[in-house]
Amino acid sequence: MKYVEEYRDRSAAERIAAAIAAAATRRWVLMEVCGGQTHAILRYGIDDLLEQSVELLHGPGCPVCVTPLETIDRAHAIAMQPGVMFCSFGDMLRVPGSNGDLFALRARGADIRVVYSPLDAVALAEKHPDREVVFFAVGFETTAPANAMAALVAHRKKIRNFSLLVSHVLVPPAITAILQSPESRVNGFLGPGHVCTVMGTSEYAAIAEHYRVPIVITGFEPLDLLEGVLAAVRMLERGEVGAPVQYGRAVRDEGNAESRRVVDELFDVTDRKWRGVGMIPKSGHRFRYEYRHFDAETRFDVHAVETREAAECISGRVLRGIDRPTDCPAFGTRCTPETPLGATMVSAEGACAAYFAYGREPERRLPLVSAAARPEKLGGRNGAFR
Amino acid sequence: MASSSPLDVSCPTPSGAYERIVLGHGSGGRLSRDLLRDVFLEELGATQLDHEEDQSSFDVEAGRLAFTTDSFVVSPLFFPGGNIGDLAVNGTVNDLAVGGATPLRLSAAFILEEGLPVERLRTVVRSMRRASVEAGAAIVTGDTKVVERGKADGLFITTTGVGMVPAGRRLSAKNARPGDRVLVSGMLGDHGIAVLAKRDGIELETEVVSDTAPLSGLVEALLAAAPDARSMRDPTRGGLASALNEIAASSGVGIELDERLIPLRTQVRAVCELLGLDPLYVASEGRLVAIVPPESEAAAIEAMRAHPLGRDAVALGTVVDEHRGRLSLRTLVSGKRFVPMLAGEQLPRIC
Repeated sequence: MKYVEEYRDRSAAERIAAAIAAAATRRWVLMEVCGGQTHAILRYGIDDLLEQSVELLHGPGCPVCVTPLETIDRAHAIAMQPGVMFCSFGDMLRVPGSNGDLFALRARGADIRVVYSPLDAVALAEKHPDREVVFFAVGFETTAPANAMAALVAHRKKIRNFSLLVSHVLVPPAITAILQSPESRVNGFLGPGHVCTVMGTSEYAAIAEHYRVPIVITGFEPLDLLEGVLAAVRMLERGEVGAPVQYGRAVRDEGNAESRRVVDELFDVTDRKWRGVGMIPKSGHRFRYEYRHFDAETRFDVHAVETREAAECISGRVLRGIDRPTDCPAFGTRCTPETPLGATMVSAEGACAAYFAYGREPERRLPLVSAAARPEKLGGRNGAFR
Repeated sequence: MASSSPLDVSCPTPSGAYERIVLGHGSGGRLSRDLLRDVFLEELGATQLDHEEDQSSFDVEAGRLAFTTDSFVVSPLFFPGGNIGDLAVNGTVNDLAVGGATPLRLSAAFILEEGLPVERLRTVVRSMRRASVEAGAAIVTGDTKVVERGKADGLFITTTGVGMVPAGRRLSAKNARPGDRVLVSGMLGDHGIAVLAKRDGIELETEVVSDTAPLSGLVEALLAAAPDARSMRDPTRGGLASALNEIAASSGVGIELDERLIPLRTQVRAVCELLGLDPLYVASEGRLVAIVPPESEAAAIEAMRAHPLGRDAVALGTVVDEHRGRLSLRTLVSGKRFVPMLAGEQLPRIC
């Protein structure tokens, strides 16, 4: 397969891994931000390959994982209403809410459809004018443009029985929250390559500058990830900060202005709760006033829901890079992809699911690098970011 | 009920003048008899099926019998490279073959859905005859039931087979030892991807064709060259990963694969990449996985490559004395990870 296999070459990988080992004078702690990167790291055993030189922590970049429980419960409340046709991407169906998942609701008679594009949901609304069609709009900056476009299409076609339950989240505020956390052990980041194809690099350059960390904007193939790690390790060794782009074949500094324009037309930025992490200021989207009729939360009045999280689940600590999935006593026993206690065990991009799929076990890991080993000159500064 | 009684047994007129299966075809009465005569006896041949008795009997030499059964619910019924009939015969033949047994006789039980075109059934049964002749194991007994429309998906088949294990042959999943080599007879995952592509309308520049085939000849060729072979499996549901995890667990050993050596067609790789499937879990229906002692590796590979079903045979891993009961993979970029048993179902109804 052209344009893929070149990035999975063993001799090149071994060369870069050797360069990383040669460059690292200590074991650096890097966090890959994006769930797609987490999956590839585990799939190709890159954490194993680099075990002596870097510890890879897995960030909060799995949209399914960080969708708050309240939103899942609201989705369930909406889906159970008579006349509603609830549309979602497939992986949201298995995410546990306070009382089971969407599959369980479907078995009880709710009309829940798996779609592959938000435009499929618009088409369903057009075809079934007597039904209320709701799309569960979950995702990062990469997904938001398509969801915004769906609302815009419905708006232009005057389709009135279509709405979106929006749970868009933004990456930069999450990175900032991790950098501000006293528990964080992160020395540097592999930035989210696909998000930056839309958003460009300026937000990351600003965070890197402010918090004095390297954020290497990185792709998703094994050689991308290894190159990203090498660049980050070299920057850390030299005390450099900044947000260079490893993923140059996809990312332009200015991003995709047209996509951002559509998103800005429909949404403004609001505070958002992240599952397992908590409230992060200015970290999500809500419909602008003039498009508020597309907001399913308003349309169905489901603001007050009582939530109940599985007490045993440590997904919040996993999402913040404090614990690893295998630190959880329920991992692989009471919590598996078939019977997940938390969302990180559901999505293929969730760290727990990736650890499970690739057979990671606690005993083969090196001990955690302690927070105290983090050099003073890096990160940990107080005060909100701009 | 209208009923024609064609006197000429070889007349290809659809059974009892019905073009589609009706509930009466499962009644045990006249329509059942017509279906037996016009489809099953016609296609399988009276030499195979003995319809005079409620059972089939045959003489065997004294020795060790192997006995296995398998059900087939593949959707769609017809796919590039075969249909549910080939699959039902080859699947059971292969379960006998990988135990070192020479297949002798098969049975076939059919669950038909009301409305199934009789010509489709005829095509399936014809394929079963061809496959059973190729494997040298006649279909000698069977059964047919009909269920109402909507209660089945066209046609389900259960086959059972008996075979004879030659004296002294003891292939078992328990026999793998550290140092042994892991061989496969050819490209993996063709069957799973062929069915999936057909079912989901995935268009490929070059069609992937199911690998369904009877493995008894290949097994005999391998055993002639490497009589000390330890264990064999056909990597069907759950793919290579499940077959090797089972051997690792049964033998109490670890198995290590090199991802670079896993033989996959470009189209199979591409479909897996697009759909996020792991080809290690995708089924083959005519491939052999064999564990052989290191000193027999070269002879075993050579023997397999000389057989039409083993041209792409390779060694791709080693049995080790570490991580007992588990399968590990040295990845393309030389990281190491484990390959657990598949959790859940990756591709439902591919066999």
